[in-house]
Amino acid sequence: MRVCVVGCGAVGSLFAAHLATLEDVEVWAYDVVEEHVAAINAHGLRLTGRAELVAPVKASTDPGAIPACEFGIVATKSMFTAAAIAATAHVFSDGAVCSVQNGVGNEELIAEHVPRVIRGTTFPAGRVVAPGVVQMDVAGDTWIGPFEERPASIEEVEALADAMTRGGMPTKALADARGAQWTKLIFNAASNPLGALTGLTQGRLCELPATRALISGLVAEGVAVADALGITLDSDPEALIDHSARVAYDHRASMLQDAQAHRRTEVDALNGGIARFGARHGVPTPLNEAMVALINGMERSWETEQ
Amino acid sequence: MIERVCVIGAGTIGSLLAGHLAGVCEVSVLTRREEHAAALRDHGLRVSGKHELAAAVFATADAAELPDFDIGIFACKALDLDASAARLAGRAAAATMMTVQNGLGAEDVVARHGSWPIISAVTFMSGIRHSDTHVEYELDTATWMGPWARTATSYAIVEELAALMLAAGLEAEAMADLLPAQWSKLIFNSAINTVAALTELPHVSLFARENDFGDLGRLVHGLIDEGVAVATGAGVELHDDPWEMNRLAVARGETAHSDYAHRPSMLEDVLAHSPTEVEFITGALVREAARVGVYVPLSTAMYRLVRAREASWSLAGPAAAVAS
Repeated sequence: MRVCVVGCGAVGSLFAAHLATLEDVEVWAYDVVEEHVAAINAHGLRLTGRAELVAPVKASTDPGAIPACEFGIVATKSMFTAAAIAATAHVFSDGAVCSVQNGVGNEELIAEHVPRVIRGTTFPAGRVVAPGVVQMDVAGDTWIGPFEERPASIEEVEALADAMTRGGMPTKALADARGAQWTKLIFNAASNPLGALTGLTQGRLCELPATRALISGLVAEGVAVADALGITLDSDPEALIDHSARVAYDHRASMLQDAQAHRRTEVDALNGGIARFGARHGVPTPLNEAMVALINGMERSWETEQ
Repeated sequence: MIERVCVIGAGTIGSLLAGHLAGVCEVSVLTRREEHAAALRDHGLRVSGKHELAAAVFATADAAELPDFDIGIFACKALDLDASAARLAGRAAAATMMTVQNGLGAEDVVARHGSWPIISAVTFMSGIRHSDTHVEYELDTATWMGPWARTATSYAIVEELAALMLAAGLEAEAMADLLPAQWSKLIFNSAINTVAALTELPHVSLFARENDFGDLGRLVHGLIDEGVAVATGAGVELHDDPWEMNRLAVARGETAHSDYAHRPSMLEDVLAHSPTEVEFITGALVREAARVGVYVPLSTAMYRLVRAREASWSLAGPAAAVAS
């Protein structure tokens, strides 16, 4: 099996390195960061933290240097999906491409360029600590299933899930992966922007009555949109929020980390995704739209700084 | 006849009022800090910008030292109003008091400390405070004032004070009923201040842009629509359309001097990690909405977010007590 990871940042590297430990999988990686690519080719891709391994990955900043692959795993930040898949589409001219990104709307963009698409949601997380070196901070499951509008076959989904699982990234193949995706989406959309706007940790957001009430308002809009789409969530986002407050009290949401570093956030794929699907199905989502406007405005304030 | 005015609080607005009025009447200033009063006594008060003035004022941090006065203008922040009014309890029995604070409820706070007739006012002028004795006059827009309905304030004294302010070079207008103007400004302020505080953007043209999904103007418009619904529910017919106020304000920034981008006070407070006036502005609007039975989810969200943001810089901060 030949696989190309598109976007070999933290999450992409977790998949690439684990898959590359397998005898029967050849792993390529497309990434735009020259130093990272050069380090991977020179020394292999190294994981530290929750996984300790070095794996042989063939990395390139040039999509033309990558051979045809049976599978793709897109792991870019969501705002780069369209450009990344456009650049690598020829690699997957007869392949199945799986998104493991945040938010919703990525599969639709991928489907504009490749014949078969797999919807995916993943919980593992990490960070690039040096070129060619990624620290795995969080282990966890991944769920994948055929993307309804341009589906990969269930055999392909199962083959990819099997390889990921054997490589050390436990993955479940599902006929319908929307429930898993929307559960994580609603959870992230309800807590991430509040962290970025207030500077509060996950635990503090959940213990202040004012922000806890706002979280519930955002969750309710997301659940209403999921209902309108006919999606059955695989767990209650409210329960996930309360759980996260206990196990990750001091965690700063990724969007808060982005805001503090003045990095563009993924609000468009999170709250923006909920609002766009809501608009398409006649479900009002004023609070999620407000989060998009506020976070977009915050991003603009960084540009106007002297 | 108004001959003596006391300005309570010499921040930006107080300094602009004192600096101008000193040209047409006797002005005393009550400050919070003694060194501020001493600096004003020693150096006078300088106004630059739209007007260039050098004013001699009597200043003190001790209310007992204040000379008698005909008009007292509370120009402190809403958060300091209760303490400021308490300092004048039992004093200046013949005076009329004016409040210019943002939001709602300032008159009630002052009325708790004395039986003075009260003038309600809203001010649109703005400035930049460069030091204890130097303020820059930035926007020379009007102050609107009217008799507060719950005290027996004569309209004549409101007109006289407005005339005095005009003579001093300020823009002022007396109104028989200030509520329509007060509510227009409340709704405008609530939307602009909270959006600015959370995005850290000054009031720029994005606040009026509503072409595309996620544009900031759509949120501002939504907040203003909620405020208008509350005003309607409360039986107040607005003096100005707050959305037009927003559109005009950012258009002025674009044409007159293109680098102009006003920083609303709530943004200044957030950047300085100071308590904001959100409780008196958006908090007041949300409470009024509940009273008249109007659903205001966006305003409620903004109120909650600003209170939570205040909590982020003080672990035992005020948001611990925020009502949900």
